[in-house]
Amino acid sequence: MRDFDYEAPTSLADAVGLLTKSNGTARPLAGGTDLIDHVRTGRVSADLIVDLKKIPELMVLEVNDEGLRLGAAVPCYQIYEHPGILEHYSAISDSSNIIGGMQIQNRASVGGNLANAGAAADSTPALIALSATVVITGPSGTREIPVDEFCTGPGQNVLESGEIIVELRFPPRPAHSGSHYRRFIPRNEMDIAVVGVGASVVLDESGENFVSARIGLGAVAAKPFYAQEASEILAGQPVNDETIQKAGAAARAVIHPITDMRGTEEFRNHVTGVLTERVVKKAVERARG
Amino acid sequence: MATIDETKSAEGSDETPKYKVIGTRPIRHDGADKVTGRALYGADIKVKGMLYGAIHRSPHAHANIKSIDTSKAEALPGVRAVATSADLPEPGDKIAELGEGSVVLNHLSSNNLARTKVLYKGHSIAAVAADNIHIAREAASLIEVEYELLPPVLDVMEAMSDEAPVLNPDVRTEEVATGEKGDKPTNVAKRFLFEKGDIEKGFAEAKYVVEREFRTSTVHQGYIEPHVATVLWNNDGQITVWTPTQGTFSVRQQVAELLDVPLARVKVVPAEIGGGFGGKISVYLAPAAAVLSRKSGAPVQLVMDRADVLQATGPTPGSYIKIKMGVDAEGHLTAADAWMAYEAGGYPGAPIGAGAMCVFSCYDIPNGRVEGFDVCVNKPRTNAYRAPGATNAAFATEGVVDELCGKLGMSPIDFRLLNASKEGTRRIDGVVYPRVGLVETLEAIKESEHFKTPLTGKNQGRGIGSGFWFNAGLKSAVTATVNSDGSVGLLEGSTDIGGSRTAIAMQFAEAIGLAAEDIKPAVVDTDSVGYTDVTGGSRVTYATGWAAYEAAQDLKRQIIARSAELWDVDPAQVSYEDGHVIGPDKKACFKEIAVELSAGGEPLVGRGVSNHNEPGGAFGTHVVDVEVDPDTGKVDILRYTAAQDCGTAIHPAYVEGQIQGGAVQGIGWGLNEEYWYDKEGSMTNANFLDYRIPTCYDLPMIDAIIVEVPNPGHPYGVRGVGEVPIVPPPAALAAAIQDAVGVQMTELPMSPPRVLHELLKK
Repeated sequence: MRDFDYEAPTSLADAVGLLTKSNGTARPLAGGTDLIDHVRTGRVSADLIVDLKKIPELMVLEVNDEGLRLGAAVPCYQIYEHPGILEHYSAISDSSNIIGGMQIQNRASVGGNLANAGAAADSTPALIALSATVVITGPSGTREIPVDEFCTGPGQNVLESGEIIVELRFPPRPAHSGSHYRRFIPRNEMDIAVVGVGASVVLDESGENFVSARIGLGAVAAKPFYAQEASEILAGQPVNDETIQKAGAAARAVIHPITDMRGTEEFRNHVTGVLTERVVKKAVERARG
Repeated sequence: MATIDETKSAEGSDETPKYKVIGTRPIRHDGADKVTGRALYGADIKVKGMLYGAIHRSPHAHANIKSIDTSKAEALPGVRAVATSADLPEPGDKIAELGEGSVVLNHLSSNNLARTKVLYKGHSIAAVAADNIHIAREAASLIEVEYELLPPVLDVMEAMSDEAPVLNPDVRTEEVATGEKGDKPTNVAKRFLFEKGDIEKGFAEAKYVVEREFRTSTVHQGYIEPHVATVLWNNDGQITVWTPTQGTFSVRQQVAELLDVPLARVKVVPAEIGGGFGGKISVYLAPAAAVLSRKSGAPVQLVMDRADVLQATGPTPGSYIKIKMGVDAEGHLTAADAWMAYEAGGYPGAPIGAGAMCVFSCYDIPNGRVEGFDVCVNKPRTNAYRAPGATNAAFATEGVVDELCGKLGMSPIDFRLLNASKEGTRRIDGVVYPRVGLVETLEAIKESEHFKTPLTGKNQGRGIGSGFWFNAGLKSAVTATVNSDGSVGLLEGSTDIGGSRTAIAMQFAEAIGLAAEDIKPAVVDTDSVGYTDVTGGSRVTYATGWAAYEAAQDLKRQIIARSAELWDVDPAQVSYEDGHVIGPDKKACFKEIAVELSAGGEPLVGRGVSNHNEPGGAFGTHVVDVEVDPDTGKVDILRYTAAQDCGTAIHPAYVEGQIQGGAVQGIGWGLNEEYWYDKEGSMTNANFLDYRIPTCYDLPMIDAIIVEVPNPGHPYGVRGVGEVPIVPPPAALAAAIQDAVGVQMTELPMSPPRVLHELLKK
């Protein structure tokens, strides 16, 4: 590990300035739970680490009529304990609850998890299911993109030099909606998702029919992604095993799993269907209250 | 925890206890230091003027080294020394006897610093010492090695084929029975063959015959403390090594042999040890640190990180095992045949000998044959891991036994009771058992509340498995120094990895008539105690405990002689009984007489040594309940009970701890642990995230049933405890999975993808 400088700016403008000036040799730190380990093991080297946790815009956490604003550096423990998130955006709470252990959750953030663009990131499928918008600020101003378009490949995202994620914005939740995230891991703790599924469903007033659904999948392709057909297959259909099985089958049809030390292609293929069904059922349960 | 005792130990018995100290649960002598974090482990040792080292390791699994250029590393400011294999003496073809086994010195030397080839990813090539760890690491990365890449050989069966690239040009197949060696270079270093009876006749007599193939993956001991060595090569040529190790005397010998210096010039100081399980016997860092110290004139510390530990120390082998067994209509075993190939890793030395002896060790089989092979592959050189070789073998044998039980329609426990090894049973390799306790462990499980409680849930299943491990004797020495107040210091050379300080002190206390708290045990350096073999082979409580018992006898003799002198009576009129020296008209307890003798005469010092080589052996039987998710193949353990014959449980809490710890490691091996290699031979999961040892969330409480069938070959009936409990778990889990969802698992680990694969095939 080489020596590096450390800055903790208190304004967004200063942070963007520091990152822009360093010309690619600076790394932003939202929680540091991945970055510190990567610097320590030599996987990443940096001349400057810019700590983002002291910037107010990145620590916003608000649920109101306009939806949810989640600052990019808000630590997981504040998220899964937040009553508004628990009530309306429970898939994010599910994700934040299983990212790392307690010590990690005191530091790690959903924004950092997204920016890492890991194929198996636990929060990203939940963000996709809940239709998050990513607010990005950089040297040429602020822009917004749908979360589905943020990751471009393993460890790759749309951020340009000097850009950081400021916050994630979520639309308000309709009545009779519910969401859930679940992953498969070989142990009961301390693992990276072998398959991760986030789902959000909106039911009609009777609770017997899907109005709409969104399913996000993780760890089964080069990046987490929106499973469009599996989601659309549910819209307007009655809530029953047959419909939900169809969604599971449609999810399996669009994945590109690999065999690695966490699971085989066969396993990921099968379990994508199993988990999609289980997650949709749980989201329905929550939607029905 | 239940205790079935034939010895009437002190705990929980209404009758007069046989022992006063043995069987009780005193607080461990090293407890306060351990729980307050004050215990000094290897990396806590800091020596004045110490430099920090780093190692340059091979990125390739198999390659010839064409050149090593260290000039850039040497030129980096702050670098004080660089070492390569050129700095180690050429060992020629010398073989070193290392207590528990022998090693070709050239292989050990090349494993510490590669000479002409690298044989696995992570193989150490050069070492650097610098002013701080960051400079050392950067310098290590500046070392340039030119390789000629060779195809990696990663599978044991592939390595045995005639077409396979040969790892070590000097290796010839040794027929262990005759000592004869083959005439051509090969990856097969050894072939074992054991035979008993007439195997053809045996299979002809069988009503049912089952033959199956099994595979197991490479697994690591997973001790929490990484390897570390700090070495000072002083100006007078004296070398001091501070290191956590299972054998200070073994490290002394290895360092002396590898550096070609006289034994007496090397002193090894044991640090507290954060787990070993067999993996902290071989040296990996001390020789390089010694060379760096000689070259720099300063003490040097080398520390591994977790990736180094997994990639470059000694895991236990992956294996291929084929088992064939036959039973008659009544369920008696008539014949058994095993063909076993164990991966040695880069250099020869897989625990195939032990595996071949253990494979049918639980059964009384009239006709048998066991053939075993020690095979080099491009993986780290394997080393001992808790009952080395036995767990692989038990997984295979018990799998076939379970299938035979199914064909016979016989309960697995009754089948085992019918065929169990007992006193007088002759193993296939020729050993005849003395009094052993397998039957008692089977009965203990059969009578356990666990076994009597039926399973009720869906996809749930129950399995049992039995296992055996030897009990090494070897050499131990203990010095008992009596203080002026009658308390006793106990100097010993056995590293304490399982509470042995206390278990040894308790045996001494029992023998001399003191309380465990009156004894202060200390694990001391190689200059401060008599020769003591490694902490391994489940030998320490047995053998060093025996040496402590002998030290007490020595003190008793001295006390009798000197008391007779003091009291002016004939020594024949003086005896030592129940903690008291008794004369014709006087009687004094140990403390009283010790105070008096110490004040008036020369110091009281007792010596005890032991070297017993027929120490028996021990068996365990485990029962496990699982629930399998039929849609994901994930196995959850609902309940687990392990019964083990411990001879006499000196400290029952530590015995239970050993049984629980062993079972947990066996569960990890059974369910998720494996070295995952890519095609190039690179381990892709060299961390504790993806090398999955069980966490507390993955385990129920492991209930331990202590069965006590005293070992006739020990003053207190002790048997080795530490290794047996790792043997049955994978086998028991496989049986439970079969019972739960009807698939037979023949490959370890039985991870969700493998179980699901079998379920989808169904």
